[in-house]
Amino acid sequence: MGDAEIIPIGTRGRPGRGTGRAPSAAARALAKPKKPVEKSPSAVPEVTSGESSGHDDPVVPTEVVAPAETVTTQGPAYSQDRGPLKGIPLADWQAALDVAAREVFGEDWEPQLAGFLAFLRRRVTGDYAVDEFGFDAELTQRFFVSLLRPIAQKWFRIEVRGLENIPADGGALVVSNHSGTLPIDGLMTMVTLHDHAARSLRPLGADLVFKLPFIGSLARKGGVTLACNEDAERLLRSGELVGVWPEGFKGIGKPYSERYKLQRFGRGGFVSAALRTGVPIVPLSVVGAEEIYPLVGNVPALAKVLGVPYLPVTPFFPLLGPLGLIPLPSKWLMEFGEPVRTDEYDASAADDPMLVFNVTDQVRETIQQTLYSLLMQRQSVFH
Amino acid sequence: MASAGRVVLVTGVSRDLGRRFARAAAAHPNVERVIGVDVVPPRGDIGGMSFVRADIRNPVIAKVIAKEDVDTVVHMSIISTPGSTGGRSTMKELNVIGTMQLLAACQKAATVRHLVVKSTAHVYGASNRDPAMFTETSETRRAGGGYAKDVAEIEGYVRGFARRRPDVCVTTLRCTNVIGPKVESPMASYLRLPLIPRRIGFDPRLQFLHESDLYAALAHAVRSEISGTFNVAGAGVMPLSQVVRRLQRPTLPVPSFGLGLLRPAHVAPVSPELRALLTFGRGIDTTRTREVLGFEPAYTTAGALDDFAAGLVPTGGRIDSLLAAVEERLPSNRGVEHQLHAIGQAAGEDHEHG
Repeated sequence: MGDAEIIPIGTRGRPGRGTGRAPSAAARALAKPKKPVEKSPSAVPEVTSGESSGHDDPVVPTEVVAPAETVTTQGPAYSQDRGPLKGIPLADWQAALDVAAREVFGEDWEPQLAGFLAFLRRRVTGDYAVDEFGFDAELTQRFFVSLLRPIAQKWFRIEVRGLENIPADGGALVVSNHSGTLPIDGLMTMVTLHDHAARSLRPLGADLVFKLPFIGSLARKGGVTLACNEDAERLLRSGELVGVWPEGFKGIGKPYSERYKLQRFGRGGFVSAALRTGVPIVPLSVVGAEEIYPLVGNVPALAKVLGVPYLPVTPFFPLLGPLGLIPLPSKWLMEFGEPVRTDEYDASAADDPMLVFNVTDQVRETIQQTLYSLLMQRQSVFH
Repeated sequence: MASAGRVVLVTGVSRDLGRRFARAAAAHPNVERVIGVDVVPPRGDIGGMSFVRADIRNPVIAKVIAKEDVDTVVHMSIISTPGSTGGRSTMKELNVIGTMQLLAACQKAATVRHLVVKSTAHVYGASNRDPAMFTETSETRRAGGGYAKDVAEIEGYVRGFARRRPDVCVTTLRCTNVIGPKVESPMASYLRLPLIPRRIGFDPRLQFLHESDLYAALAHAVRSEISGTFNVAGAGVMPLSQVVRRLQRPTLPVPSFGLGLLRPAHVAPVSPELRALLTFGRGIDTTRTREVLGFEPAYTTAGALDDFAAGLVPTGGRIDSLLAAVEERLPSNRGVEHQLHAIGQAAGEDHEHG
C-alpha cells in the first residue's frame, strides 16, 4: 500500500452502501448467485479486473483497494466494447454488402440498386401522382402486377383468346362472368390485360370492397372504383378500359353445383353507361375460376353477423385453416368476344329500358355460349 | 361588373378567413365600402373594413343592411366546430338561425342584388357508397349529423331565398378543406400534429384549397355575378398516405374510435364529418366551376400542401435520410468504381424522374 490512505468513494462495483467494508445483508443476498464464477480463479484477474470484485469477498478489505490500481492502467470496460459487432472494420461490411448485392441483383447491380433506391425515395417522400379515382399506376405496374403475374402464368396457366377484340386505345367496357368465391378472376383479368394488351383495367367493385380496411385502400390504389353510373361514365369518357362483373355476389358466391350457369345480370346499368358514352362492350368468358374454391356450403347466419353476403365453406377452407385459402390450380381459359357496338345508338337510347334489356341479354347470351364452347375444348379441370 | 362602387356586407369577420377576405375586398378599387358583421370584434388588422358588432341571429341585421344600402352580401359565418362558441346547440343556432335571419333581412332589402354563400364540400358526406368525384348535381341528403346537416339545411334555405327573390343573383361555393400557412381549421390543426393518427387500413383521398384561392374564388364570385352552386377545390387528388409523406410526418394507425378521441382529448377538433372524410375520403369535381363560373384556383392540391408544409417543422422523414445515406455510399457515388460510366447516367436519369 502507498503512504497515503486511500478512502474509496462508492463501492467500486461491489454491492453495498459505500463504506468499503461490509455490504449489507440485502446486498450480499443479491450477490450470491454470482458465486459459480469462482470455479476458475485464474481467469478472474484476466477478464476486466474491475468486474472481478463483483463476487462476494467481505473478509479481505485490503483487496478492495488492490484492483483499483490495475483499473487505472487498463481503463474501464464498457458494454458496447464487448458487443458482437466489435472489431469488424467498416470496409469489411461494405465488401460483404457488395458481394450480397451482386448475388441478388447480378453483375450490373449498381444501376439496378440505384434505380430501386430512387424509386423507394420517391415513394417515401410522396413524390408520385394518383388520379382522381385514387389509382396509383406506378405502384400497380411495379408491384401488384409483378406479384400476380406468376400466379396467372404458372399456377393457373391462363390461355388467352380474342385479344384482337380489345381496342388499343379509347374507352371500352369489358363485361365478364364472375365466379370463384373470392374475386381472383378480376385480378387475373387485370394482369392478363396488362401483360397481353398493355392496358390498365379499371374494375368496378361493390361498395363492400371500400368498407373493408386494407382491401378497400389497396383496391383504390389498384384502380378499382365504386360500381355506380357516375364513376363508370367518368372512366369511359376519359378513355379507360373498364371492367365490370354484372352478376356481382350472386355469381361469385354461387354453389359449385351451379358452375358456369350465368346469374341475372343486375339491372343493366353497365349497358346504359356504355350507351351514354358510346363505347364498345367486350364480352369476356372466363373458364377455370369456378374450380379454384369449390363452394359447397354457406353459413348465412354467421355471414349476416359479419356483414358479408356469404360465408363460404369449401372442401378445404375451414377444415385446413389458412391452408384452405390456397386456390386449386385449375387450368384457365379466357376468351374476349366480338365487341358489341353502341355508338350507332344516340344518347337517348340509354333511357329506353327495352333496348337496355335487349343489349344486356345479347351480351349475357354471348358469354354463356362462349363458356359452353370453352368447356367443351378443355380437356380436364386441371389440365 | 357593377357600375359604381359596391357596398359589401361580410358576415363572420371575427374569424381569420372572414377578416382576411373582408380586408382584401375593402382594398379593391370597385368596392366602395365593406361592412364586417360579427358578434365578437375581429382580432387583427381589419384594413379599410368598417366593423359593425351585430348578431345575425336577431333582426338588427336587417337595419344594418337597410341603413348602409348594402348591395352584395357575402355569408361566411357558417362554422364547422363549436370551438369557443359553446356547445353543439349554440353552433346549430349560429349556423341555421343566423342564416335564416340573414336571408330574411336580404329578402326585405330591395338594394341587395347579389348573395354569395361560402358552403363546404362536407355537405356531400363521405362513405364507402360514394362516387369517386361528386358533381354539383350529386345528392346531398346523405350528409350525416352536425356540421354537414347544418350546411345541408342552410343550402336548402338559400335555395328557397333564390326562388323568392329571383332578381337576386345567388352563388353558393362548396369549398373543400382550406389550408395555408396561417389557416386555423380542424383539418389544418390535424395535419399540424407531430404524430398524425390515421384510421388503420384506410387511405382516404383528399383535396385542398389554398387560403388565397378561397379569397380569389369569393372575389371572383362577387365580381362575375353568376348564379348557381359550384365546387371549389385545387386540381388533383391526394391520398392521406401521400399527404403525410410530403409533410414528413410519422403516423400512428388507430382503430375507428381512435380518431373520435382526438376532440375530447383536446388534441385536434376532429368532428364526426372530418372523421368520415379521414376514413373514406372524397373528391369533388370542379369542371363546372372552371367552365361556367370561369374560376380556376392558382394552387393545385399538391401545391397548396407544399405551401402548407413549408411552414412546418418535419417530425419524420428518417427513412428518406437513411435511403439518401445508402445512395451516397453506392460505389459510383463514392467514385471508387468509375469503370462504368453508364451507371452514373442511369442513376442521374432516375434522379431527374424523381
